[in-house]
Amino acid sequence: MGLLPLIASGAVVRRRENLLIGPVDLRLDGTGITIVIGPNGSGKTSLLSMLHGVLRLSGGDIIWACPLAEARRKQGFVFQSPILLRRSVRENLTYPLSLLKTPRNEARAKAVDWAARVGLGDALMHPARVLSGGERQKLALARALIRDPEVLFLDEPCSSLDGRATREIEEILTGAAHSGTRIIMSTHDMGQARRLGDEVVFMLGGKLLEFCPATAFFDAPETEQSRAFLRGDIVE
Amino acid sequence: MTDIWEGLVHAFRLLVALDPDLSEITLLSLRVTLTAVVIASALALPLAALLVVRRFRYRRTIIAVLNALMGLPPVVVGLIVYLLLSRSGPFGVFDLLFTPTAMIIAQVIIILPLIASIAHQSLRELWSDYHDLLISLNTTQPQRIGTLIWDGRRALLTAALAGFGRAIGEVGAIMIVGGNIDHATRVLTTAIALETGKGDFALALALGFVLIALAITVNIAIHWLTRTETEGRW
Ligand SMILES: Nc1ncnc2c1ncn2[C@@H]1O[C@H](COP(=O)(O)OP(=O)(O)OP(=O)(O)O)[C@@H](O)[C@H]1O
Ligand SMILES: [Mg+2]
Repeated sequence: MGLLPLIASGAVVRRRENLLIGPVDLRLDGTGITIVIGPNGSGKTSLLSMLHGVLRLSGGDIIWACPLAEARRKQGFVFQSPILLRRSVRENLTYPLSLLKTPRNEARAKAVDWAARVGLGDALMHPARVLSGGERQKLALARALIRDPEVLFLDEPCSSLDGRATREIEEILTGAAHSGTRIIMSTHDMGQARRLGDEVVFMLGGKLLEFCPATAFFDAPETEQSRAFLRGDIVE
Repeated sequence: MTDIWEGLVHAFRLLVALDPDLSEITLLSLRVTLTAVVIASALALPLAALLVVRRFRYRRTIIAVLNALMGLPPVVVGLIVYLLLSRSGPFGVFDLLFTPTAMIIAQVIIILPLIASIAHQSLRELWSDYHDLLISLNTTQPQRIGTLIWDGRRALLTAALAGFGRAIGEVGAIMIVGGNIDHATRVLTTAIALETGKGDFALALALGFVLIALAITVNIAIHWLTRTETEGRW
């Protein structure tokens, strides 16, 4: 059974009486890449974590097309600052598979494959801590993709990558999207948003101000705030 | 002065000749303390991990009790274990008083809180690093505990070694529940106390050297482990 559609209705997260995010009403369907944009502190990370299910809802619902435990297993999440295990690159890659009791040989073969795909083939046996910032992000991405998730959340996955590495990551992401992984990612890079986005979510102050096809958003943004944001002005 | 000098010379002779009494006492010390460390670690390390990953009702109370128990004077532990194991005590039927088993029990009680506390501290740090990832990967409770124990193994070994250091040098509790019986429950510390009392400095000093050597070895190991840990040699 597939994960999608994902339906959020009136989903709200509060922290100590303050509204962190919401109410969010949204339906994610089909295939492709949804880009989440908005200024710092607008709630991009919160939205992704909420949909992923690691923020406890204070109200409303988030419903996947399959039971929750199964839904969690079929999702991947790449954090804004990569969290790496104090292990080798290879052990980092095999970890999510070992949780699913994948045979060790099979897991290792996949690790070799994914390390090569993100350009870490030579670093397989290095401890993860010696990696550079960009390499850490690539490792975190490969570790999320190794389980072949149906839905992948990425929180600014290219924020510390140079142009070339960004392109490499984008290729991997479009490849994954073509083979059926539904991607929801936040970014500050409007070029990247245009290159990758099929749909755009524009966030401000914990609310979804716009949620529409990417072409519509970039050609004719609906709200004053999104026009200001795209111009690079300060958005209140 | 000549007494001490003669004692030193004689002590070295005992060490070099691997004196049977000396070896027997040293081996018993190691056997008792290593057993106590293994048992205490087997209980304390999973407990520490559980206290870190799980928010249950009496978590804070348990942590407070562990910290309080760390300050328990070993002599008092000895007294309590004595009362529990003595003929008229609740566990008197097992006839354990004045056996190495009694000494192991006392040492476990003394070092378990120490090991658990040190382990808890370092695992808490690791958990705050790993928390979001392990939650996101939808790990089960046992998987979280296993991951923390494995990735924190250096720090945990340090905790166990600290327990070893405390237990090997302990004398009060061991003396009370073991009784310092020759060829049965005589260990390094109690033998030193006895021989010094008798004025036989040679054996006392030889035993003392062994004890110091063990303590230094343990401390070097702890130092080395902590250094590799903080340098992030993972
Ligand atoms: N646990 C929390 N408790 C209280 N406030 C929080 C918590 N988490 C996030 N916030 C606040 O919620 C707001 C949105 O945070 P979020 O991390 O979602 O923003 P963001 O859009 O991802 O920003 P950035 O572009 O800087 O990554 C911020 O003002 C932040 O301070
Ligand atoms: Mg963010």
